Amino acid sequence: MSILEESFSGIHKKLHNKELKVSELVDASFSRIKEVDDKVQAFLTLNEEAARNQAAKMDEAMGTGNTRGLLFGLPAGIKDNIVTNGLRTTAASQLLANFDPVHNATVMDGLEEADALTIGKLNMDEFAMGSSNENSGFYSARNPWNTDYVPGGSSGGAAASVAAGEVSFSLGSDTGGSIRQPASYCGVVGLKPTYGRVSRYGLIAFASSLDQIGPLTKNVEDNALVLGQIAGHDRRDSTSADVGISDYLSSLTGDVKGMKIAVPKEYLGEGVHEGVRNRVLEALKVLEQQGAEWEEVSLPHSQYAVAAYYLLASSEASANLARFDGVRYGVRAENADNLIDMYKETRSQGFGDEVKRRIMLGTFALSSGYYDAYYKKAQKVRTLIKRDFDQILEKYDVIVGPTAPTTAFKIGEKVNDPLTMYANDILTIPVNLAGVPAISVPCGFSEGLPVGLQIISRPFEESTVYRAAHAYEQAAGHYKAKPEL
Amino acid sequence: MKFDTVIGLEVHAELKTDTKIFCNCSTEFGAPANTHTCPVCLGHPGVLPVLNQRAVEYAMKASLALNCEIAGETKFDRKNYFYPDSPKAYQISQFDKPIGENGSLEIEVDGYKKNIGITRIHMEEDAGKLTHDEYDDHSLVDFNRVGTPLIEIVSEPDIETPEEAYAYLEKLKAVLQYTEVSDCKMEEGSLRCDANISLKPAGQEEFGTKTELKNLNSFTNVHKGLAYEEKRQEQELLSGGEILQETRRWDDAKKETTLMRVKEGSDDYRYFPEPDLVTLYVNEDWKSSIKATIPELPDARRERYMEEFDLPAYDAGVLTQSKNMADFFQETIDEGADAKQAANWLMGDVNGYLNSHDMELADTELTPSSLAKLVTLIDKGTISSKIAKTVFTDLMEQGGDPEQIVQDKGLVQISDEGELKQIVDKILENNPQSIEDYKNGKDKAIGFLVGQVMKETKGKANPQMVNKLIMEGMGMDA
Repeated sequence: MSILEESFSGIHKKLHNKELKVSELVDASFSRIKEVDDKVQAFLTLNEEAARNQAAKMDEAMGTGNTRGLLFGLPAGIKDNIVTNGLRTTAASQLLANFDPVHNATVMDGLEEADALTIGKLNMDEFAMGSSNENSGFYSARNPWNTDYVPGGSSGGAAASVAAGEVSFSLGSDTGGSIRQPASYCGVVGLKPTYGRVSRYGLIAFASSLDQIGPLTKNVEDNALVLGQIAGHDRRDSTSADVGISDYLSSLTGDVKGMKIAVPKEYLGEGVHEGVRNRVLEALKVLEQQGAEWEEVSLPHSQYAVAAYYLLASSEASANLARFDGVRYGVRAENADNLIDMYKETRSQGFGDEVKRRIMLGTFALSSGYYDAYYKKAQKVRTLIKRDFDQILEKYDVIVGPTAPTTAFKIGEKVNDPLTMYANDILTIPVNLAGVPAISVPCGFSEGLPVGLQIISRPFEESTVYRAAHAYEQAAGHYKAKPEL
Repeated sequence: MKFDTVIGLEVHAELKTDTKIFCNCSTEFGAPANTHTCPVCLGHPGVLPVLNQRAVEYAMKASLALNCEIAGETKFDRKNYFYPDSPKAYQISQFDKPIGENGSLEIEVDGYKKNIGITRIHMEEDAGKLTHDEYDDHSLVDFNRVGTPLIEIVSEPDIETPEEAYAYLEKLKAVLQYTEVSDCKMEEGSLRCDANISLKPAGQEEFGTKTELKNLNSFTNVHKGLAYEEKRQEQELLSGGEILQETRRWDDAKKETTLMRVKEGSDDYRYFPEPDLVTLYVNEDWKSSIKATIPELPDARRERYMEEFDLPAYDAGVLTQSKNMADFFQETIDEGADAKQAANWLMGDVNGYLNSHDMELADTELTPSSLAKLVTLIDKGTISSKIAKTVFTDLMEQGGDPEQIVQDKGLVQISDEGELKQIVDKILENNPQSIEDYKNGKDKAIGFLVGQVMKETKGKANPQMVNKLIMEGMGMDA
């Protein structure tokens, strides 16, 4: 078994007992990448020299008695839309193929303080727009359980790298399901925190009012450990909340006795594959056996979520992506005749089809004469969806359902059908619109591919999410399954 | 056919905060290009704006001083447009919930007073500065200015003449300077003005089509541009032509407005709420604490000067037009000068000097203390008004203590009657013809005699005393 398949506490015990060195961990990470990444294609950029140097320094400092961060020596992969000072950051776009940031995302400062090691930057759908990773401007990451299948998206590389044992954990971002859906497809644990829980400073914005950074790990405990290091108020992000961080680890009691679970009927209805539905019903049984109670409820406005989401997210994206004009950084088209031509050529050549599609959609939705009918109406729908969640979460501790209606699909299968692709996010999108936290934990397999269980709770109650997820995970044990590559 | 003119002004004023509105970069003017920049104001990927509280407070202060209602809930919006001076390709501005609304400003033109409505005051970030002239095949951009906090002050279309527009701008500038929220230096771009003007048949309710004037880089040019445009539109309409919705540029060399572009409909900036910033709530406590920092404004100070120093309205108006001048006047009096004398000097010689040298009061070496001493020296008769003028030039250019200058240059007025009598007697002796002329009714002759005495004393003789002695010497009653 690769050392990277061990939990953080297992690794830290070995480091502590001098059975393992940080350089060996880093070595294991790069060896594994060399071994399998040709197939998985999770990485866009490697940070090998810096990571190895840092590991050597950490090994030297071992035994000096200094305190160490909670993520000491752990190899981490970072989704390529999180800016890393001096380390190429492309958001998987050809337009940023040459971009080396001069600043760090706040989450990177958090990881650095916790002594984690950045192994490299992870593949994704360009600018986080997509659900399959096929929209990467470079190459598609693949599902480690079956490399003919997509790993999900947009944080496909983040989920695949953890599933393939290339890193101990990764950071992804979730705007409409981009952490949870690939976590579900790749059989790992992925959390989308409450909007405002983790600083967005340094996250290349797709839809600012929905984007959140979150951890992807092999188990819930590791996930809680990473969140503790990246969560918190940040003066550089006005939308980050000044709400104290709970001790997430202490919430992992394994006790869900009396926990009230709501299961929206919309989450088990039409469009949800039978294999997925069955795994979720089995999971509910496991939770029931542990003393939790569940009831069916309704989220009546969730049927409008996808439509509202694509209007709002695309509107914000149309402005957020306008800065990529080739004037100050990025790849500028050559031989333009004039300014307008330079803009057009740079953006035509640099952006992929899906990105262009959403920019056009957003530009249209914000145009005068259409604003009220689209953007404003979508905001109203968002308010109604949030109210649905608020009302249910007044009576229940968590909402549970599948993360995605299906398991991973074949590469190329939906690439020419954007609407079907969009509908795939139907169970994750409402959560972003409501701003609440949600996790995807592995809950078994359907036809050889992983299924994810989604657990949602109240704003800033990541600890409740973790408690339920941890209790389920430990009882069911699906997280132990590893793909063979 | 007679027309009514309708003018509305949009003024942008840079707020003089130390740092930019959404990052910590300095707002200092004149630094080497692109040195006051950071990832945030350069719009690098992933950065976020953080609102500068001081900028909000300055905007509130200006709004309150201009009699605006302050919004209890205000927010920012994105204004989308592509241009290389805008790094994010959108400007963070305020669209439907500006910080201030429904204000007014009282102006006075040719003795009549009038209130000009202020529709709104909103906050936004400034753009970078483009230079097109240096190279043929590319332009340069300096991002030092990008992110400098601005307020845009939009007037109601209450202005009816170019003169009113001028008076409005003078008054607006005074208020912004008094409240110390902006330097209002047009030459440095910290105050900029666009003007909208339209004509309609006299008495008609409905407005005519307006044109927008740009490149109005001084108040005088605003006046000239509007006057030109008023006439151009009138002639166009009288000759049966039609006014198009145009943006026109004032060409100061040719003294005319030229077409920049015809507007079709309004530009679509696709405004939407800025998701990176949160709604800003202004409570009564905050509002009143800002209100408490508003100093005495120009109108109040003018009233006070009229009352306290018994100055005519006109004089008090001139002295309080700029805060610098008003403060200078006040301090000169505090230093012991006579108010009327100080006022005369400031309005006369000082303003004359500033105008002819195109300078600001602060750029000269004159201080309230030196001006006060100068005035006192004249009062006491130590120097004559004429001599004072030469001392004044020294004070403006080199500064220093007037008493010292008078002493060093030997400019003390001769008021010793004995000394002067000797000189007068000599002059009378040498000019019997003039005495004869005077006695024959030629009053001018006395001027000649005084002039001779002055020539002899190099201008230092006390003029009243010389007059008296000449009369006595000729055996006339003084």
